This record gives sequence, C-alpha cells and structure tokens, in this order.
Amino acid sequence: MLEESIRQQRQSKPILLMTHLVLGFPSFEENMKAIDAMSDAGVELVELQIPFTEPVADGPVILKANSDSIKNGTKVKECFAFASEVAQKFPGIQFLLMTYYNIVFTNGQGDFISKAKKSGVKGFIIPDLPPEEGESWLKDCEDHRLENIFIFTPMNTSERLKAIASYAKGFVYCVGRRGVTGSKTSFDENIAKQISRYRSVTRLPLAVGFGVREKADVEFLRDKADIAVIGSKLIDLQINEGTSAIRDFLRTLR
Amino acid sequence: MTEMKKQGYFGPFGGMFIPEILRTTFDELIEHYQKARQDPSFWAEYESLMSSYSCRPTPITFAGNLTEYFKGAKIFIKREDLNHTGAHKANNVIGQGLLVKRMGKTRVIAETGAGQHGVATATMAAKFGLKCRIYMGAEDVERQRPNVFWMEKLGAEVVAVTDGTQTLKDAINEAFRDWATNMDDTHYVLGTASGPHPYPEMVSWFQSIIGKEARAQMLKNESKLPERVFACVGGGSNAMGIFSGFFDDKSVELVGVEAGGKGLETGQHSVRLTSSDARIGVGHGYKSYFLQDEDGQMRDTYSIAAGLDYVGVSPILAHLRDSGRVRFESAVDKEVIEALELTIKKEGIIPALESSHAFAGAFREVSGMKKDEIVLINMSGRGDKDIFTIAEAFQDKKWKEYIIQKGEKYHA
Repeated sequence: MLEESIRQQRQSKPILLMTHLVLGFPSFEENMKAIDAMSDAGVELVELQIPFTEPVADGPVILKANSDSIKNGTKVKECFAFASEVAQKFPGIQFLLMTYYNIVFTNGQGDFISKAKKSGVKGFIIPDLPPEEGESWLKDCEDHRLENIFIFTPMNTSERLKAIASYAKGFVYCVGRRGVTGSKTSFDENIAKQISRYRSVTRLPLAVGFGVREKADVEFLRDKADIAVIGSKLIDLQINEGTSAIRDFLRTLR
Repeated sequence: MTEMKKQGYFGPFGGMFIPEILRTTFDELIEHYQKARQDPSFWAEYESLMSSYSCRPTPITFAGNLTEYFKGAKIFIKREDLNHTGAHKANNVIGQGLLVKRMGKTRVIAETGAGQHGVATATMAAKFGLKCRIYMGAEDVERQRPNVFWMEKLGAEVVAVTDGTQTLKDAINEAFRDWATNMDDTHYVLGTASGPHPYPEMVSWFQSIIGKEARAQMLKNESKLPERVFACVGGGSNAMGIFSGFFDDKSVELVGVEAGGKGLETGQHSVRLTSSDARIGVGHGYKSYFLQDEDGQMRDTYSIAAGLDYVGVSPILAHLRDSGRVRFESAVDKEVIEALELTIKKEGIIPALESSHAFAGAFREVSGMKKDEIVLINMSGRGDKDIFTIAEAFQDKKWKEYIIQKGEKYHA
C-alpha cells in the first residue's frame, strides 16, 4: 500500500517527488515522453489527470490543458489504457488517477474502480469529493484496496482537519495556500506553520502542493513534508520548452 | 472515523461537491443563512426593501385578450418583469445582499450568462456599497454589450472568461476559482437555484416571495387557486419561486418549460429534464441532471434565451420531476417567438425570451381547458430591455438597417 512504500522510500531520501500531467495533453505520445523523463529523474509518484470540462479546482494552466485534451478527443477509455501501459512500463513509479467526481460517477463508480484496479494505479485524488459525499466511493476503494487521497487546506479548522484525517489513507495532499493550482506560493514561515498544524493531526505522510515551482521550494519542504508536488510548472515547461526540459528541471530539484 | 454528514439533499439530488479550500466559507454561509431564516426580522427587512426598491408585491394581470383568443381557461400573468432591473433576479440578489451585510463582507462576485444576473448583482452592489466583479463568458460579453455597458456603469468590473466554451458554465467555474482565493472578504452571489448547498435552498427561499404573493393574490382576486402554473426553467430559480407557493395545494398542477432550442433531435437545446441527452451527474458542486456525453464531459447547450442556456438544473426541480410533483415540457425557439409576438400584440406586454417559454407552454394547453379554469404564467422578466436580442430573434429588417446606419456613423 502507498503509506508503507512512501515510508520505505523516505528512509533513504529526504523528500519524494510527485508530478502531475493531464492525459492527452498535448498528446498521449508526449505524456509518455514526459513520464519517461520523470522516471529518469527518479520521480516516485505521478498523478495522471483524466481531463474534465469543468475543472473547478484548477488554475489557468491545467484548466487549458484539460480543455485542449478534450478538444483533441481524449476519452476515459484511452486514459485507462494509457494508465495500464505506464504502470507496467514504469514499476518504480506509483501512479494515481486524478479527476473530478463526475468522471467517476458517469462512467459508473463500480466500473471505474475495477478498471482503475486492473490498470495498476494505486489510488485517486478527486478534489470535488469531500468525505461527506464519498461514503460509497470509500467503500469501493476499500474493497479494491485502492486509496482515496484527501486534502488539507489552510482554511480548514483544526476540527475539520481531524475529521478528514480520520478518513485519510496513503498520504494527505496538503494545499499550501488559498486559490487554485498554479500560481506562485511563497514558501515561508506561514507555510511551515500550516504544515506543522497538518502534522499534528495525522501520522500519514504529507504531500505539499500548489505552487511548488523551483529547487528552493523543494528544499524548503525537506524535513517538513514527505512529498513535494510539482504540477502546473511542468505543463508550463512542456508548452514553452518541450518535454526534454522536464527531465532537466526535475533533476535539479533534489 | 468522525461522522461527516452530507447536507442539502433532495431525494438523490443536490449535495456539496466542493473543493476542500471552500469548506469553511460554505459552513459560514450556511450558518448565516440558517440564522437569517429563523429570524423574522430578516424577512421583514427583505420584504420592506423589496417594496421600496423593487416594486413588490408585483401584480397579477388578467390577460383578457389572450383568454378570448384561446377560448379556454382564464390566463393570468405574475408580473416579475416589474421588478427593479426587470426580472425576478432582483429577489435573489437583494436577499443575498442583505446576507452579505450580516456576514460583514465587502466584495461580491457573480457569474452571468446573458447579463441579467450580472446587472442585478452590480445594482445590488452599488446600492449596498460593495466591490463587485462579474464573470461572463467571452462569447457572451460579445453578444450582450448593452448589459456589459450597464454593469460597468454600475461600478462592476466585468471579466470575460476565455476558458472552455466561453459561456455561462465556464463563468461559474471562474467565479468559484476567484472565491477559493478571496473568500475572506468576498461572497459569491450565485444566480440560480442550482450549485452546492445551501444555494438551491437559499435562492429558492428568496424567490419564494413570488409564490407567496401569487397564491394570496389569486385567492383575493379570483377566490380560487389556478389549475395550472407555468414557469420557464433554466437553472430553476423563477420556477422554484412561483411553484413553492403551491406545493401544498395538490389541485394545482405545476408545469416547468425548458428550452427546446432548435429541437431535441438537433442536439441544440437545453433540455435537461425531458431529453435522453441528459443524465444524472455532478457538476458545479451539485448532483442533478446534466447535458453530458457518455464519458461525463459536459456538452455545449443552446437556447435562443441565454438565461435558459445552461447544462444543469436545480436539484430540487430534478427531485420534483422524479417525484411527479412538477411536470416538465419544452418549447422550441420558433413557438417561443410566436408566443412572444402574440403576447405583445394582444396584451401590450413584452415578456423576456426566457419567460416566453412559459407562455408558449401554456398556450399549447390552454384551449383544451375549461372556461372556469385558471392558468397562471410566471413572467420572470421583461423583454423590452433586451431589444438587441429580441430584434434579432424577430430578424427585424428595419432594426438591422438602423444598426448598420448607426455603425457607419460611429465608424466615420
């Protein structure tokens, strides 16, 4: 399971990296090259985002990638096929599916989860499915031994964090600031305080994301978190400098 | 595990499918809304403001000439067009504005399709001294310049949303993104009885003023309740408003009319509740019927009336459909324009294109009803201020010439 393998890897590494990409953007071929680069750079976890027309938690970069991918004709079926392929090809990486709940719901929750299980992914990040709405989904996850990753945010009360923690498995995805994905976060004392607040309610590994864009950010997170999440920055790089830039960038991070 | 209860369900529909970052903001909103609901002075303040600022109670007009024309049931019209800013939207924005004051927030944001809700929100913001930003699909900004003009004059900043299909649904997403960043001082004035809890319930509560008045007015003027009540259905707020006055009156049939666009068979429509193109899904934070493909991607929708051109529909109406309490029909553009033209000629009343769907739905049935029966139509808004849209719907030749002439003048 995710938690154990993260703990194990953490014994030899000060911080793990989780990267993100939008499936079908700019194409599945480019996705494959990007994952190849991520693997070369030693990335431990990768979020594969199944695009959705209404990505309400995402900022402009990922939002545009979602809508371009859908315009390219990306189908959920192809996303599963791709997930199976990469899970097999890159056994050193743990893959998670990230998407919005309508994609799960409309494709049939039961069907969706069996396909996910078969593909070899380890879990899910569904930003618009809070624990309240996830009862049957969490049961399905448990039955399939897959993990639904929950989210902590700086806006949550301590009581709320504790309640979420009681549902959390694998690791917790910690949002460093307000807003949506992509824009700059200043990694400072405030964030450190937030992380220690998160730390106080769970023993699970913590992944910190939203706005991790450079080596200094990752360095800042060492000793504070277990996983640094790099999302929009990689899509920026891919658009502006091509897939090879992803490899070079990731290699400089730790 | 800590028990976490889901909230805001109507049968299987509704809920709160929101990003975690907005949870505390929603909890606060729910708390203030529930407090306001239990506080009689809130509703009293609301009614008083609506009477001095927005012409409430709006009258019910007997449409004698239309009644004679159809030779069936008596036709009455609930005149929401007489609200300030010309539509029922005022009820919701003033209600939420009062709530904003109680919450102590200083900035409001809103989505708008055609611009009606944007204008109403900008008006409320001007009156209450709030900062205001309106998100509007870039395509809609192009199409609805007069409304953009008024929003800007009222002091609002209008942001053209260039994401996705550049229409209402994308404006909603963008408003949520703004809120996720600026929740401390900002309230999101959602414009319809959809969205995550508490919006469907809260917006319906503010709009229930329509149905409360209408029921009392029918009893006072006609000493009986109508047999059928018609309302158009986009997101669902005007329909919820008038229907809610009659939920307990089992003898009153409630009929919602969706936008049939160019016809169901063309795929160019906004029919969520009676078409096979729609299925249950989760979008914009709530579960309901959505126009989406088999993969779960939301479709492009279409209507001649921008206010009905929306992928989802109120979860409360979805539930009322499944329970059978409300019957749903749809009207295509062509019959909507005919109904509009007839109403203008016979009654000297100009319904908005949205409201004209309710008229079209009623006109279809009224001849088959008895003369002592009553049909009540909710005229959610007036059409004369949408002169550009309606003139185009009529393909009016003289109007086109006028615009060309005007354009040339500006160009010179």
